[in-house]
Amino acid sequence: MTPGSRRARLGWVDAVVLAAAGAAILYLAYRVDSVLEYRWDWSAIPNFLYRWDEETGRWVPNLLMQGFFTTIRLAVLSMIPAALFGAVFGVLRTAGRLFPRLLSRTYVELIRNIPPLVFIFIFYFFISSQIMPVLGVEDFVRRASPATLRSLELVFGPAALIPNVISGVVCLAMFQGAYMTEIVRAGIQSIPKTQTEAGLSIGLSRWELWRRVILPQALRRVIPPLAGQFITLVKDSSILSLISIQELTFLAMETAVSTTRVFEVWITVAGLYFGLCYLLSLAFARLEKSTAMART
Amino acid sequence: MSPNEPLIELDGVSKWFGAFQVLRDVNLRVHEGERIVICGPSGSGKSTLIRCINRLEEHQEGRVVFAGRELGADTADLTRVRREIGMVFQEFNLFPHLTVLENCMLGPTRVLGMTAAEARDRAMEFLGRVRIPEQAGKHPAQLSGGQQQRAAIARSLCMKPRVMLFDEPTSALDPVMIKEVLDVMNDLAESGMTMIVVTHEMGFARTVADRVAFMDEGGIVECLPPDRFFANPADERTKRFLSQIL
Repeated sequence: MTPGSRRARLGWVDAVVLAAAGAAILYLAYRVDSVLEYRWDWSAIPNFLYRWDEETGRWVPNLLMQGFFTTIRLAVLSMIPAALFGAVFGVLRTAGRLFPRLLSRTYVELIRNIPPLVFIFIFYFFISSQIMPVLGVEDFVRRASPATLRSLELVFGPAALIPNVISGVVCLAMFQGAYMTEIVRAGIQSIPKTQTEAGLSIGLSRWELWRRVILPQALRRVIPPLAGQFITLVKDSSILSLISIQELTFLAMETAVSTTRVFEVWITVAGLYFGLCYLLSLAFARLEKSTAMART
Repeated sequence: MSPNEPLIELDGVSKWFGAFQVLRDVNLRVHEGERIVICGPSGSGKSTLIRCINRLEEHQEGRVVFAGRELGADTADLTRVRREIGMVFQEFNLFPHLTVLENCMLGPTRVLGMTAAEARDRAMEFLGRVRIPEQAGKHPAQLSGGQQQRAAIARSLCMKPRVMLFDEPTSALDPVMIKEVLDVMNDLAESGMTMIVVTHEMGFARTVADRVAFMDEGGIVECLPPDRFFANPADERTKRFLSQIL
């Protein structure tokens, strides 16, 4: 195949489809405009992204951007433990011994067969009422020196919300980790048994076999599905709004109610989510390319 | 180990896959420097037998002894034994994420504890011996089947094993590539390597083997020097097999 022949060209079928889609959008706009009688007013939105602070004389993030930053924090912070859960339980899922297999299977099935929302309602109760006081997060934050507090705020957001954010992160990581476990398991099991045999026959120990032969190959295979799961994680973080974690969706609901600009607020929020997730998609596409095996 | 003791001894080895018996009371002794070819119809247990020698398959009855050590369930001991037994597979089984050179260096660095420089020298020496030193930097997928199989032989040789097991090394190759691989195996035999080869290449058996074993239904029917094996085999089943294959 010549390099040029793969470039996409629009045929007449594509033109018809595009025209039909365009017509549908126009019709929808017409319906919204004339039948729904919705008066668009975007003027309030920018103020809810950034507002002018009279006291400091600076632009500061308002509700929507505050929520957006919290969402980014939640996503980034929970990706790490979620990936860790996924990796550890995924490996245990393929173990030879019964107990580790049983343990990780229980974890996966328990979480996968309960709606995320229900899981979070139950699990959050335990974390916020039992585990957080034991860990003493609140006390720690209260007693932290200004310098520590500044770095804590950089990672977790406003000090008052730190216990709240941590609970959210743990919930999210727990249930996303279960899905990642299954991805990791599938990746490991997709490496043919003959690779294990080849490794064993040159005398590799079990650990070296894992480290040098199985995992490097499995990791490459799980990057695309794992990327999808990370994006799902970002989107699913909106569920945390229902346990009053003040992320984007939670604050958007407040904004929508207080301004009554329901569509404008939610379309803005959709745009923010899309931007974040699309950036992730692009990042993973690059990662996939850079780790691709040399092939003819 | 006394000089008369065999390097490999299979003593009454039997194995079942579920209710199906794949190996029936197999006895085989291989001395240092000997070259054994195992042939027989498909499903006769040849591959299973050879895989029992480095315990990729576990046998249920009898004993497998390598250099005076009986193979058991002890993993650490097994790992030590496997360093000394090279194995070449029908489908090459190179590590696709590593270059040919890295494939060859993995065992010496991770198992024998050699430095990268030492392992590289050794790998290049053996890649030269299998006549593909120029392919060292490539990944397996960029090589022809014959080159891949020779790389796999080099990978095994880099461990300086005391015996090489070949499990139908040429069955996945076309005729030109078969010759490349057989030439390398001939060189290896001339260098005095102990070899156990499962193959249908009767020409190789005739010229290289010290003994040819014929297997059928999980048992070794007879094991003779090639001239007698091909000229006047004793068993009816061997005769039938030879008349089909020659």
